[in-house]
Amino acid sequence: MTETEVFLQQVIYGLSNGMIIALVALGYTMVYGIVELINFAHGDVFTLGGFLALTLVGALGAAAILDPNTLGDSSHWLLLVGLVVTAGIFCGFLNVAIDKVVYKPLRRAPKLTQLVAAIGVSFILVNIALFWGGAPMEVFGGGNAAAASKDFPEILEGSNLLGEDSNVVLRLEDLAIFAITIPLMIGLTLFVNRTRLGRGMRATAQNPVAARLMGINTDRVISATFLIGGFLGGAASVMWAIYNNTISFQMGFRAGMDAFTAAVLGGIGSLPGAMIGGVLIGLIRAMSDQYIETRWTNVVVFAVLILILVFRPSGLLGLKQREKV
Amino acid sequence: MAERRFSFFTPGQYAVLALLAATPFIDLAFPSIQLSGPMRTVVVYAILALGLNVVVGWTGLLNLGIAAFMAIGAYAFGILTAEIYPFQVGFWWALLLSGAIGAFAGWLLGAPTLRLRGDYLAIVTLGFGEIVQDGLKNLQTITKGTEGINPLPKPTIPFGAHIDAALSKVGVGSAATTDSAGTTATTALSATESVAGALPRWFDISSETPARWFYLYLILLAVVICLCRNLEFSRLGRQWFAVREDELAARCMAIEPDKAKLKAFAAGAALAAVAGALFASHLASTGEPANYDFQVSILALCIVIVGGIGSITGVVLGAIVMVGLSNVVLPALTQAMQRAGIGSTENVLSSPDNYKYLIFGLALVLMMRFRPDGIVHTRKAVKK
Repeated sequence: MTETEVFLQQVIYGLSNGMIIALVALGYTMVYGIVELINFAHGDVFTLGGFLALTLVGALGAAAILDPNTLGDSSHWLLLVGLVVTAGIFCGFLNVAIDKVVYKPLRRAPKLTQLVAAIGVSFILVNIALFWGGAPMEVFGGGNAAAASKDFPEILEGSNLLGEDSNVVLRLEDLAIFAITIPLMIGLTLFVNRTRLGRGMRATAQNPVAARLMGINTDRVISATFLIGGFLGGAASVMWAIYNNTISFQMGFRAGMDAFTAAVLGGIGSLPGAMIGGVLIGLIRAMSDQYIETRWTNVVVFAVLILILVFRPSGLLGLKQREKV
Repeated sequence: MAERRFSFFTPGQYAVLALLAATPFIDLAFPSIQLSGPMRTVVVYAILALGLNVVVGWTGLLNLGIAAFMAIGAYAFGILTAEIYPFQVGFWWALLLSGAIGAFAGWLLGAPTLRLRGDYLAIVTLGFGEIVQDGLKNLQTITKGTEGINPLPKPTIPFGAHIDAALSKVGVGSAATTDSAGTTATTALSATESVAGALPRWFDISSETPARWFYLYLILLAVVICLCRNLEFSRLGRQWFAVREDELAARCMAIEPDKAKLKAFAAGAALAAVAGALFASHLASTGEPANYDFQVSILALCIVIVGGIGSITGVVLGAIVMVGLSNVVLPALTQAMQRAGIGSTENVLSSPDNYKYLIFGLALVLMMRFRPDGIVHTRKAVKK
């Protein structure tokens, strides 16, 4: 492989992972924009989406899906979309339920009280994922390996789209990620900018009290925000699972930190910021894997996070704002 | 609040210390339990949580990376004492130096970040914790990676050997003991040997005397409590409260919030580093870097929050409850159930050890929802 080919390969990895990170980052940034809460549990909602997808795959029969004769069949695209939608809806409603039960009673409490409660929810979800991983299903590898990483079956055909003799590999998974994440992002942008509820969201983000005075049902807006954020997280978890072919009960922590870093990098509260930030973090990770060392990649991401928070807390696209007293 | 003169403990603090001091007697009564070893962990976490309490409870800054300072203390202790390194200072000097290095690390992290908003600062400390943990794992030439630095020395009691020797002369202590340098101090081969040899060596900490080791740690905890208590209502302590309640008002009273916060950060980090050094000495190894992961920071936060934010007595009680639960009760229950044949490794739900995250999570959520001021509620919280 030449230098350019190595670089191009990392760009492909980076873009694909970055699109997934961007989807998760949107969940952080939307919730932060509306209720000023770092939804620490978002990463673990994402984990549970992955576990639901693996359960569904197991229930449908992993062996049939893995059959090489049917791989590449159009039914696999149908399965993929089905998983994305199911996991998305599940995570969306889970997110709304968490908001109703835990965050809503604390809405007027100090910010740090809310953050600690969110961390608590995150730990509860991690434990649920651990138990889920011990479910007596073949795809989970039996009950005694509850904490182990689970293999996620290859749903899409694994061959190189650029031809078998090309050194740069572009797989069907990469295309699938673009085919699913880009429409979701466009849809979200249109929804927020064009619909009545979207206008309500923008108004609530600007000033919740004024929004309520203007007759906006802010409770409904907040629920909608958690629903959409959760949906995007759930969709991302399926994309993550088919791309990395593995899930584990603690994957939400790292993915969540990457996504939060992306949201902060883009400017927290800004939707295009989260998308750009996600892609940038994906690229930074890929380049660090290649040109520094894989084991230092997490350190690089956290260093980026700290440097941005210290030197440019408003991120790339965020507005400079003073802390409300 | 009037300036207070030096005082040792409040009645509540005497009570929790007495409660802890009683645990070796459980060992005496039921030799099969052996609590003194695990209870050292409780004391270590109590010191860690008291450090976090300075930052979270008194100054109102959320630090999610306290385990990083614990790790820094543990590895500093390891590098200062282990045989593979040239320093090999004694236990006490290493303990003090670890604390100083921890304070410096806290100052280093705090200086550029403390002007951040509360929730951003929390995430920065979390990131710092992950960086330290990954860094320790990756810098294998210095930290031995996942093996950890070992063996590390046990604590020694200053002049312990001489006291033992003196005691043995009058027929109370043992016939022979070794001091910290490992040389035999006294051999009193006389007619009293048969009597004296049967008596315990009071000031020698070896693996056969877990109770004495525990009591040494308990005395250190008492020193830390006394320190915290006198810090709490000192000029600096009152500055911290003022900054926590209202930064703007504090500034108007000629308090410099940034400096006060930085001091709190350094003080908390120093205590956490001391806890880390004690932890490493207790394990005789720094252990792997994963011993100081995010879960440890959250356990410390749980201790502070469950015990009562800001209350020293509450924090120590919280350490007894939370660490007792996660490090003593749950493993014991798991073992007991395995011995009795209840539950199998096939079923993830039947192992009590697997409920740790759930217990931490529920503790945080329920405390935030219903008692944000903790079990021991000392001071009236000011409504914002």
